[in-house]
This record gives sequence, C-alpha cells and structure tokens, in this order.
Amino acid sequence: MERMAVLDTIQKLEILADAAKYDASCASSGTAKRNSAGGKGIGSTEGMGICHAYAPDGRCISLLKILLTNHCIFDCHYCINRKSSNVRRAKFTPREVADLTLTFYRRNYIEGLFLSSGIIKSSNHTMELLVETARILREEHDFRGYIHLKTIPEADGELAHQAGLYADRVSINVELPTDTGLTRLAPDKDSRQIEGAMGGMKMAIRQSKDERKRFKHAPRFAPGGQSTQMIVGADAATDADIVGKASRLYDNFRLRRVYYSAFSPIPDASAVLPLKRPPLMREHRLYQSDWLMRFYGFAPREVMQATEADGNLPLDIDPKLAWALKFRERFPVDVNRSSREDLLRVPGLGTRAVGQILASRRHRTLRLDDVAKLTVSITRVRPFICTADWRPTLLTDRADLRGILAPKQEQLELFAA
Amino acid sequence: MTALQHVKLGTYYVVHMPEPDDFAFWRERARQLVQCDVPPDRVAWVEPGGNGSLFSHGDKRLPVPEDENRVIRASKRFLTLARNVAHHSDPERFSLLYAMLWRLQSNPRILEDKADNQVRRLEDMDKAVRRDAHKMHAFVRFRMVETEGGGEHYVAWFEPDHHIVRREAGFFVRRFANMHWSILTPKGCIHWDGETLRESGPAQKSDAPQGDPAEDLWRKYYASIFNPARLKIGAMLKEMPRKYWKNMPEAALIPELVAGAQKRESDMVDAGSLEFEDRPETLGAIDKAIHACRKCPIGSLDNQAVMGEGPADASLMIVGEQPGDQEDQAGKPFVGPAGQVLDAALETAGIERRETYVTNAVKHFKYVQRGKRRLHQSPTAKEIDVCRWWHEAERAIVKPKVVLAMGASAARAMLGKTVSISKARGEPIALEDGSELWVTAHPSYLLRLDGDAKAEQERLFAADLAAVKERLAELAE
Repeated sequence: MERMAVLDTIQKLEILADAAKYDASCASSGTAKRNSAGGKGIGSTEGMGICHAYAPDGRCISLLKILLTNHCIFDCHYCINRKSSNVRRAKFTPREVADLTLTFYRRNYIEGLFLSSGIIKSSNHTMELLVETARILREEHDFRGYIHLKTIPEADGELAHQAGLYADRVSINVELPTDTGLTRLAPDKDSRQIEGAMGGMKMAIRQSKDERKRFKHAPRFAPGGQSTQMIVGADAATDADIVGKASRLYDNFRLRRVYYSAFSPIPDASAVLPLKRPPLMREHRLYQSDWLMRFYGFAPREVMQATEADGNLPLDIDPKLAWALKFRERFPVDVNRSSREDLLRVPGLGTRAVGQILASRRHRTLRLDDVAKLTVSITRVRPFICTADWRPTLLTDRADLRGILAPKQEQLELFAA
Repeated sequence: MTALQHVKLGTYYVVHMPEPDDFAFWRERARQLVQCDVPPDRVAWVEPGGNGSLFSHGDKRLPVPEDENRVIRASKRFLTLARNVAHHSDPERFSLLYAMLWRLQSNPRILEDKADNQVRRLEDMDKAVRRDAHKMHAFVRFRMVETEGGGEHYVAWFEPDHHIVRREAGFFVRRFANMHWSILTPKGCIHWDGETLRESGPAQKSDAPQGDPAEDLWRKYYASIFNPARLKIGAMLKEMPRKYWKNMPEAALIPELVAGAQKRESDMVDAGSLEFEDRPETLGAIDKAIHACRKCPIGSLDNQAVMGEGPADASLMIVGEQPGDQEDQAGKPFVGPAGQVLDAALETAGIERRETYVTNAVKHFKYVQRGKRRLHQSPTAKEIDVCRWWHEAERAIVKPKVVLAMGASAARAMLGKTVSISKARGEPIALEDGSELWVTAHPSYLLRLDGDAKAEQERLFAADLAAVKERLAELAE
C-alpha cells in the first residue's frame, strides 16, 4: 500500500472501527470447514473460532469488525452513529474493506470480516454495498475465511438472500428487549420488520440445509447460522423480560447466539438515554443465564425463578447459585448416584466437571477429595453435594449460606465475544 | 535370537529419542517393551540433548519380545492423548506415557478415572499442548518482505512453549496455501513456498523481519475497537498472557490504553453531561430548575427560561418549538406574533386557551445577534433531545389526554425522531402513557407564507385544531 493510502485508510479505520465496537459479537466459530488448498486465494475455517488478540476490555478480537460507513439516516438514541450525533463521519468503499481484510488476514491478525453499516441513502442501497464487499472477497479473491454480515431488516429479501450466500453468519439486531423500548429509543425501527427478517433468514437457512441433503453441490446459506444482539439497561426491561425475549428468539428463529450488550457511555450521548449505566455484572449474569438455558437444561421459567422481587437477577451471586438457594429441597445431590441432569444443577459444577464425575464414578466411589480434584472450588460445591465421606447436614439449611458463598471479587468476563 | 537379548530381571533400559516430538518412534519402542514385560521403573526415556549420562548403567539395546504379535492394548483415547502429550516440553512425558500404557494392559478403561493423579497429569499436559497450538494459530504475526523477484514472503517469529511447530504446520499450509511463508522459532522452523513444506533448525528473533507498514493499521484497529468504558484486564490476561506480548505488535499499546481508559470514559460522560438530578415533581420545581439549566449551549445565551403556562390538570397540552424574542422578554409562551396566530385559531376552533397547557419543546430562546436584532435559530436535534427531559416532566404532572405538537421540533420532542408534518398530521399517534399525539404546523410557518400557500396552510391548521377539539369532546364523554 502506498504511504498516502495508508494514512487515509488509517483515519477511516479509526472512525469506523470505533463506531463498530458496540456490537458484542466477534465469533468466528460454527461454520462449514474449508481451506485454501487447491484454490487461488487464502483462508480456512476449521470449526473452532480463533481469537487473534484480546483488548484490555477482555473482549476477543477475531474478526475485522468495522462499519462500511457511520453516516446514518436513522436516529436511534443509544447509537453513537445516529443522525443527530455529532461524531466524525467516514465511509469506506467495498473494495477498500476487502483490501483491508486481506492485508490483515495475510498477516494472521484475523479470521475474517464482520461488516455492518449505518444506513446511507436507503436500506437497499446500503445492503447492496455490504453484499458487494462480500462478493469481492469471495469471487475476486477466492477468500475462504469467515464473513459475518449484519443484514438490514428493512432491505429487500433478495439482497438478504445474496448476503447469506456469501456469508458464514448473518445477524439482525433486535436492539431492545421490549417494543416500547424500541419505539422510544429506536423510533425508525419496527419490531415486526426485524422479526420478519429474522424469520426469513431462518427459512433460507433451513431450506439450504434440506437442499444440501439432496444435492451435494447446492449452495450453502449462512452455514454459521444467525445471531442477534440486545442492549441491556437502556430501557426499563427487567432481566426476566430479557430472558423471556431471548428464549422466544432462540425458539422462533433457531438463533446460534443472543448477545447482550450492557449499554455503555458513548460520546455525544442522546439525552433520552437513562441516567445511569447498568453494571457490567448485569450483562455477565445474563450471559450466565443464557448458558444455563443452552447447556444446563434450565427452562426459561426456571431462570426467571432465580430473579429477585424486581425481576432482575442478583448481581452478587450467579443465577445458578441463586436458583439453588431458592430450591434447597433439591439438594444435596449425591455425586455417586445422581443423574447428569441433577449434577448439572449443582452450583460450581460445570459441564466438564459433571462429565468427569460421571466417568470417574465407574471406577471408584467418589470422596470429597476426588471431587475437589475435578472442580475449581470445592468450598462452593460442598454445601450442595454428598460423597462417600461427606454430607452437608446443616450447611444447606443455613440462612446465611448466600453470604458465605457470594464471591468476594468480581468475576471475569468469560462469555462475551 | 540370543538369550542376551531377552529381558533380564534387574536390567535398566535407556531409550534415546531421535526427535523431541517423535511419537511414532516412542510408540514402536513402547510396544516392544510392554511385549517384553519391562515395567515402567526399568525404562528411562531420554530426549535429544537430555541428560542421558545419568542412565549410563542402563542397557541401550532393547529386549526382543518372544512373541512379536502379542497384542498390546491401547484405547483410541489413549492414542489421541499420547500423540498430544508427546509434544509437551516436560522431560518426563515419555516415561509418564509408558507408565500409563503399562497400566492400560490390566485396566483398559483407566483413563476414565479422572480423579487418578497420573490420568490428571497427562490430561493437563494434553490440554497444555492443545492450548499452545491454539495460541500459535492465534498469535503468529507475519511480516511481509519483498523478495528479489518482486514476490511477497511472509515471515513470523514465534516462541512456543512445547514442541508443536512441526505438528501445526498443516494448519498454516491449509490456511495460507498460496502464500510463501516461514515461521521461525527457537525450536525449529517451517517454510512453505506454495508447494512444499521444508523444515530447518532453530532460529533467533533477529533472523525475522523487524516490522511491516500494515502494523500501523493493525495497531490503530486494536486501539479503536477497545471500549474504554469496560476495562477488564484480568479477562484479557487470562487469554493473552504477558509472555506472548513481546511478539505481538499491538500489545505495545496495552499500557497506554489501560492508563487512558478511565480518563476517556469520564470525558465521554462529561461530554454527554447527562447528570440530571431527580425529575422535579411540581411545575414550580421545573420552572426553577429550567432557569438554572445549562445542559446545552442555548441555556448559556443571554436569555431566560420560559416555563409552560396553563392549568396543571389541562386535558390538552400544546407544544411549540421554543420561545421567541418577545416570549423571552415576557417570560411567557406564545405572546408574540405566532402566539397571536395561535390565539385566533384556537378561538375559531372553540378551544379555550385558559383551559389549555401551552409550552415549548425547548425552554430557552436560541438566536444569533444581528446588530440590535436577535434572529431566531432552529434548535438542533440534540438540543431538542436534551430538553425532552423537562417537557416530559411537565407531561408527567399535567397528564394531558391530548398533546398537540406544532412544528417539526415539537414533533421530534414527542416522538424522538424527525417526521414530516404533512405526513404526520391528521391522525392521532398513540403515546406510551396512553395519551394521544396530534401533529400540526407551527403558527410561525403560517406567518412566513403568503397568497394561496398561506390560505391552504391556514385551512389545514384550522382543520387540525378542529379535529383536536372534536377528539377532546369525545374523550370527555
């Protein structure tokens, strides 16, 4: 690249990466396996995503996550790029984005591209530019890395379909958990339109899977599925509302992931936004509850049972522990006899530890020491299990159990990204 | 076969590994030793450069099994595990693997016992090797150098913890099949020219190129994608420990990003300046508060805040844009020329202004000074949004059944978005609190028109007011 071009690009990159950072997702996993052997270009995807760097906010950097432009005709109050915001604006051409993606990919900085955009001129015009970027990468450069396109719900179905043919993953943000929140904070958006577009994506993904069962060479459509994002703490929705919404979205649209993004201060914020930012821990608790539903066999209503009187999950303890403290009659669980489902309910036992307990107990009767080897903290687990040499006779009934088990330090953000 | 080659009680055997990661070699020797019933404590495994002299009394000739076809049991899981563990840097890895192979002969499912210390140690080593490989995929950073022929050669320097370089070559070949690249490491190097993979001995950091212009772009990206409002250093360190930083161009930025984060966040919050107090609960309190409001630049001009006017239980609230020159001087809304247009139209429609709460979307007069005159300036969307706080407080107290927004600014204040008056007028719009919004033109717009256009707009304005009057009558029933 010429020196001048680098300088020009560097300024645009600064603006358009900064504008993209409020999208939580950076996943590059779960797509079809492929590589560049026998091709003309570069790139591979091998199932597991790769995080090529981590920023000091603890988030993984897997993809080049940028906006094509941060000009926008919409005026969503939570968004740094809204029409009435006084931010610096910039615009990349599809070819510039493709070149930048390849420059980074060749140096092994990234797994691919996550492209989104402000709406310029019209939804269709913007969507055409997003699709064109993906087309340049796939067709002109035979790029076989990962592409995630944020599709625009207001754009034509045909354009969304083309996006799905080039992209590994497509996503449409529902933005806010409630319709009233959407009306207030994203007055140009419409929840029926958003969910309609998600429904269209679901159909196209399913249809492509069916076709590939019958015809080996049928084109793949978004093999990495679709995901969405909700902003937490910008409207009055409670955690119970959010969990309910997420579970409906998982059911209705077969989403791979629902991302939560705690509303965070933005430069030149709109006055309509809430006065206080939500604690980051709230976002973390929502991810934990998401995990409980996806991997631990919790029904949405069971997660809601873990919320407190105000409809929110406790911040000081995780939702699994909160649930266990409310349903103490379900404990202790006998690690030598209980089912996998019951073991998964034990606070402090992850899916991996449960698998190891189930395998080990075929060989020995587990004692507390044995369980300690398989878990991070036996102190956390102890009140809820019995082993050959341990029964928590009094502990489970103690009124101050919550105080004993609540972690003293803030936990790490493990689930975002 | 002579008797000497058979296993003897009390004999130690020493196996010298040709390469630190030669799993196939270990597997052959290990099978042979188990077939000869040599227990783990009688075998020493020495890697290249390892200290073999400790075992100088050991026999380097291995025993020959009586039955070479004797089946040695090793589960699929063990082979997968052993293949990974063989690449670990722990000098004891081959001995541990042999001990486990030995135990597998009497208990083929021993690996399931995750509470067994030896099983756990091997699993930890397996995990460490897989993690090292994953981090190599992630953290290798190529630098481009131009070759003499004008081609591009991508060269990386990487320092793995374990003997994984050869093992991971395939990943880079599959990904960068059509690039020429080299990965240099202290544990040996791999090179790909687009067709064949070549290996070479250990390299030094100085053998690799020192920079690449694209790194400026990458560093800018890294700094820009970081959100200073959510600093989580622990989470970063867990996945990207410091030991990797020295070979990652972006990592040099981390200290300054962390140091600047808090200031950047507080600057953002200050710039937003959204520290509103609790919402006032009486009209008097709002009146007092707006006089002190400097949350947007209009409040700092030479003007005074103009509070809404009318009964605190009015069923109709009329919202204009902002006070004008005369309103600012009088401290009352709609007393100037636009107010006169409004009053006349209200009278025609049969709406009592005394029973109506009249207010503005923006509480202060925005103007530019031209000589002695103060010329009206439209408020920006941002200024309207800031002031929304105050008229929402008014609405929460007055609780009107119908709100009439006059002009685009008032409509924006109510809806949060800019709408076209011609499209929005004539139909009620439901508001969150159950009341309804009607939109019409601002009376000052009528003052700027003349001729047919004026007549047409006056007719529409009157029709809007008449519709509101009718609606109020319906709602009152």
